[in-house]
Amino acid sequence: MEVSFALTGKDYVIIAADQNAARSIIKMKGDEDKIKALGSHLLMAYSGEPGDTIQFAEYVERNLRLQQMRNNHPLRPQAAASWVRRSIADSLRSRNSYSVNILLGGYDMAENTPKLYWMDYLGTQSDVPYAAHGYGSYFALSLLDREVQKRLVISFPSFRVKVVDAEGVREVDVDMSV
Amino acid sequence: MEAISHAGTVLGVLAADGVVLAAEKKVTGKLLDLSVTKEGGYGGSGEKIYLLTNNVVVGVAGLTADANSLVNYARTAAQRHLFTFNEDIPVEQLAQRLCDLKQGYTQYGGLRPFGVSLLYAGWDPYYQFQLYLSDPSGNYSGWKATCIGANNGTAQSLLKQEYKEDIKVEDAIALVMKVMSKTMDSTTLGSEKLEFATLTLDAETKKPRAKIYRPTEVDALLLKHGLAKKEDAEMK
Repeated sequence: MEVSFALTGKDYVIIAADQNAARSIIKMKGDEDKIKALGSHLLMAYSGEPGDTIQFAEYVERNLRLQQMRNNHPLRPQAAASWVRRSIADSLRSRNSYSVNILLGGYDMAENTPKLYWMDYLGTQSDVPYAAHGYGSYFALSLLDREVQKRLVISFPSFRVKVVDAEGVREVDVDMSV
Repeated sequence: MEAISHAGTVLGVLAADGVVLAAEKKVTGKLLDLSVTKEGGYGGSGEKIYLLTNNVVVGVAGLTADANSLVNYARTAAQRHLFTFNEDIPVEQLAQRLCDLKQGYTQYGGLRPFGVSLLYAGWDPYYQFQLYLSDPSGNYSGWKATCIGANNGTAQSLLKQEYKEDIKVEDAIALVMKVMSKTMDSTTLGSEKLEFATLTLDAETKKPRAKIYRPTEVDALLLKHGLAKKEDAEMK
């Protein structure tokens, strides 16, 4: 019953998450912070199995901090997202996996661009302009999807075509407008 | 290490828009089979200069067998970083990984250290172009222009005299050629004695582009800078 949203603008990312800590039908408290700052320019909203979420978020937080201390600079959002995704994917294939869904938003200081990544507990990762997790996502995404056509999985507006022959591997452009 | 002071000279110069590496080859001779180096591989003749990843080229001085082992280790480390973080390994981190390994061999008994010094020419989005040097003890340092191998003292002082801030790659190539011609034992330079590489940014993609020169390209470059062998110049 949790929900989190995020969206990117020209030079920023906004992340929001609910504050409920609930078990079964009982709400324990209403001032829980489910967004962690993983560095000076990186935020992570997490939701999912209670306990797993906090454990995993702290694990990520400490590891990224260690990376920063060792290398004198923080990981870029893209690298951090890849590392988090790999951690989820590795844990999924272990005896005890973390059931955590994540929205990772950051500002890439090397390229001066905002970045947002959507990840779920199965290790799916996607680089997106806006995203949401939880029941609220059904409502929020339809609100944010100005062009629903583009995101329906049954519409394929373009194909990527690659050929291999004696010349080696290459990519060919296919005009889909015909 | 003793072996390194006798090894072929490797020098590197950091420019504003790229890095240049040059190395003196020691294993030469009329009977040496160089047919593969002319067309196969990714350029170079595989004695002194190696491509570690997209964004790092390395020049080695010392025991060649040890160097091969280190190059193999570095390539694995770089690919492992790409696998976990989906980004090219930052240059300093790659240097650190190798230095951690090298340091280990100075500490534990029973084994000898790697008799290799390395020059790393690289680019990453964090610090752009970089030039690092590492020695067998596991120390590493960043440089604007430096040198390892035989006559490194002479080359170092020459570089110190001639290096200018904000030097461009074209000028850096000329500088490297000049210093190389003065420090090498032989009076004439040729592709059988020289390896050469540059690392620049692709103007379109903004991605690093490493170029290890083929023997013919090295000769063309020497000719351009008026350092080619006499008979070569006459033949052209």
